[in-house]
Amino acid sequence: MEVLIPILAAAVRSGTPILYATLGEILTERSGVQNLGLEGLMLMGAFMGFSVTHATGNPWLGVVAAFVKGAAISLVHAFLSVSIGANQVVSGLAVAMFGTGASALLGRKMVGLTVTGFGKIPVPVLSGIPVIGPVFFDHDPLVYISYGLAFFLYWFIFHTRPGLNLRAVGESPIVVDAMGLSAARLRYVYTLVGGGLAAVGGSYLSLAYTKMWSEGMSAGRGWIAVALVIFALWNPVRAILGSYLFGGVGAMQLRIQAAGTSFPAPILMMMPYIFTILVLLVISVKKGKGILLGSPGALGVPYSREERT
Amino acid sequence: MSTVQQEPLVTMRGIEKVFVGVRANAEVDFDLDRGEVHTLLGENGAGKSTLMNILSGLYTPDSGSIAVKGLPQAFRSPRDAIRAGIGMVHQHFMLVPTLSVWENVALGLEGNSILMDKDLIVKRIRDIQDRYGIHVDPMTPVWQISIGEQQRVAIIKALYRNAEILILDEPTSVLTPQEARALFETIRQITAERHGVVFISHKLDEVMDISDRITVLRKGRKVATLPVAEVTKESLAEMMVGRKVVFQVGKTLQNPGRVALEARDLVVRGDRGRTRVDHFSLDVRQKELLGLAGVSGNGQEELCDALAGIRKIEAGSIKVDGYELAGRPIREFQKRGVSYIPADRMGTGLVRGMNLRENIALRKYWRKEFTRFRFFIHWENIAGRTGQLVERFGVVHPGLGYPARMLSGGNLQKLMLARELTDDPKVVIAVQPTWGLDVSATLFVRETLLEQRDKGAGVLLVSDDLEEILSLSDRIAVIHNGRLMGLVEDPDSVTEEQLGLMMAGTCLEEFRPHSAEAPFAPGKVV
Ligand SMILES: Nc1ncnc2c1ncn2[C@@H]1O[C@H](COP(=O)(O)OP(=O)(O)OP(=O)(O)O)[C@@H](O)[C@H]1O
Ligand SMILES: [Mg+2]
Repeated sequence: MEVLIPILAAAVRSGTPILYATLGEILTERSGVQNLGLEGLMLMGAFMGFSVTHATGNPWLGVVAAFVKGAAISLVHAFLSVSIGANQVVSGLAVAMFGTGASALLGRKMVGLTVTGFGKIPVPVLSGIPVIGPVFFDHDPLVYISYGLAFFLYWFIFHTRPGLNLRAVGESPIVVDAMGLSAARLRYVYTLVGGGLAAVGGSYLSLAYTKMWSEGMSAGRGWIAVALVIFALWNPVRAILGSYLFGGVGAMQLRIQAAGTSFPAPILMMMPYIFTILVLLVISVKKGKGILLGSPGALGVPYSREERT
Repeated sequence: MSTVQQEPLVTMRGIEKVFVGVRANAEVDFDLDRGEVHTLLGENGAGKSTLMNILSGLYTPDSGSIAVKGLPQAFRSPRDAIRAGIGMVHQHFMLVPTLSVWENVALGLEGNSILMDKDLIVKRIRDIQDRYGIHVDPMTPVWQISIGEQQRVAIIKALYRNAEILILDEPTSVLTPQEARALFETIRQITAERHGVVFISHKLDEVMDISDRITVLRKGRKVATLPVAEVTKESLAEMMVGRKVVFQVGKTLQNPGRVALEARDLVVRGDRGRTRVDHFSLDVRQKELLGLAGVSGNGQEELCDALAGIRKIEAGSIKVDGYELAGRPIREFQKRGVSYIPADRMGTGLVRGMNLRENIALRKYWRKEFTRFRFFIHWENIAGRTGQLVERFGVVHPGLGYPARMLSGGNLQKLMLARELTDDPKVVIAVQPTWGLDVSATLFVRETLLEQRDKGAGVLLVSDDLEEILSLSDRIAVIHNGRLMGLVEDPDSVTEEQLGLMMAGTCLEEFRPHSAEAPFAPGKVV
């Protein structure tokens, strides 16, 4: 048990950026828009958070800047997907590539710098609980916020009035429209918020996880988050489990490598992806016929009022 | 009944709406008074739904004016129309399947708090249910309830918002006679409260029964508005179509031949894994039309999917002309002469985004005459064939190169019949073939099915319209909950009432105990 605790704690830390991105994408997809650009959004968030924090010394400003940046880039995606009715896969991939390239270009000056960023703040009392304490309550504030966010979003989606509208617009935008709500506005809002959250996930990497900037530092977490949304069946609480599972795989891989085994490194680096494929395989087989429970019915389908589809 | 002279609830003047290439509404005037049921009649594509979508704010008219209770209105979205007291039950109900009944009702309700008072909403739903006698469990997800119940939810949704103007777009086309009667009771109660109801239907009997006034549309234009006392079914049909319509289909007597389609002990699962067809057996003979009656959603669609080879069966056998086909590929069913007209025209039947030629080619493209060197598609031949078929079946279309979704409901159905009935099939399976069709299209479909029967095919007609079943069938089977409730050898020996009871789950033997020596008991074949 004792040896496991640091690994579990590392799983939480390494899973947190994935959790933010997954929660963001759950919101976006629940509204019926698919944003495959998470990887690019995370990188832009990581860069934005780092440069603002470096300039101001305040990591919270960095997080806010990352959110705004993520939302701003997602505005382009929302415009293309919702207003123009363009192909969302293409637009999402464009966001991913743009974010990867732009962050690398802009971030050149930042390479080698460091920030103080977020430090550990153990939660009084709770961090004293054996096992649970060190694993969950001995982290930085962004980790704690992510717990609250996941449970808040669960409550928001399933128990509030705007949550009902969100579920409905992802399922049947025409019904939402006929009931006097604006399907387009809802989709814009959640695409922006979702993109912002993904960027916050990225800023966690540069402000809390490594406290520095490096090119391509999200290392595929954005893609894993896309898959995790399905694993979580569009449920924010299940996203916690999935994110830490993948965070754990990542943390294990680092540790095995550090222990200096002769196990080839490339295979270890493949692990999260292989694991993603296995998990998708298992849940798809279990649900049968590719009918994924919880998948929003109008996901990826543009809506326009007088257009016949 | 019209009441004291007063401002009408709704006045629409000179409404115009053009879609790409179609003038859906042309200078249409329409009024609705307090306490009246005003029916809109017209063939498929006449522009009824368009006019009401304009009144409910979903479509914006190109020109024309709308006034509600004397106040001019320019609806920018359905929200404005809802605020003005207009509630519409759309032709394709606007419900979110994954949400529960109460959530569907609550969707879009105005309120400031981000929390919803679920208890209060459920209580108000129950009040409305008691007041109008419409019952549905508020907690059930909508995908789990029947079409009839969904209908009720859609009405509750409108009543919950205090709609004074209730628009019902073809609410009865998917209801059983009993459900339709219950709906009419509700409508009468609503008009008794001096609200107005706009009713759309293709069933002239019920139109005569429920309406105070009737407006007939033809090709987007208003033909006339008349009080119900001044019209007859015949005159209405003539106004709709523009010529005289004969209502009776001529059914000749035929001597059934050998068994064309034989199903034994079929077990079929539905999309969600539940057993929908439970040890079902049936025979359809050549030159026979077998009517399968049942409330929609009792397994008939799964049964027919299985009989047409497009759904896997768990157990049992299917023979066409004596050949065992269970477990065989779909194309073998086609080659053996099984034609299928599914209820779901735009999903299973036709591809909405493909043009007319491609849709015709879908089930036949592999044939020698439609290919070059058995590999390349021979589009010229297919186009030629499509042209002939469209001509023969009278499909009204903008051009063979247009996607199928541009056709109106009746014409879609004709296109599908054209594809399925060309090469003298041995077995024709038709599921709800006249759902939502206007009088002349309905007549056409029924005549076409009888023609196939006379040519020697075994026809299986699935319908929840008892009048249709009784007037066309040589024998009648009734399905309930995936089981055979009984087989009536002589359609004249049963009443609509008795069939209705069987559709609700009573076995034929139960209300006719003395007919124990039933001549045919398919369930017991060894
Ligand atoms: N959103 C749309 N886009 C393009 N064409 C449309 C649209 N809505 C209706 N139309 C066309 O307008 C015409 C009138 O259609 P409408 O749905 O109003 O007919 P309807 O009288 O309700 O017919 P039905 O009895 O089949 O319901 C049809 O030719 C239809 O194809
Ligand atoms: Mg219509």
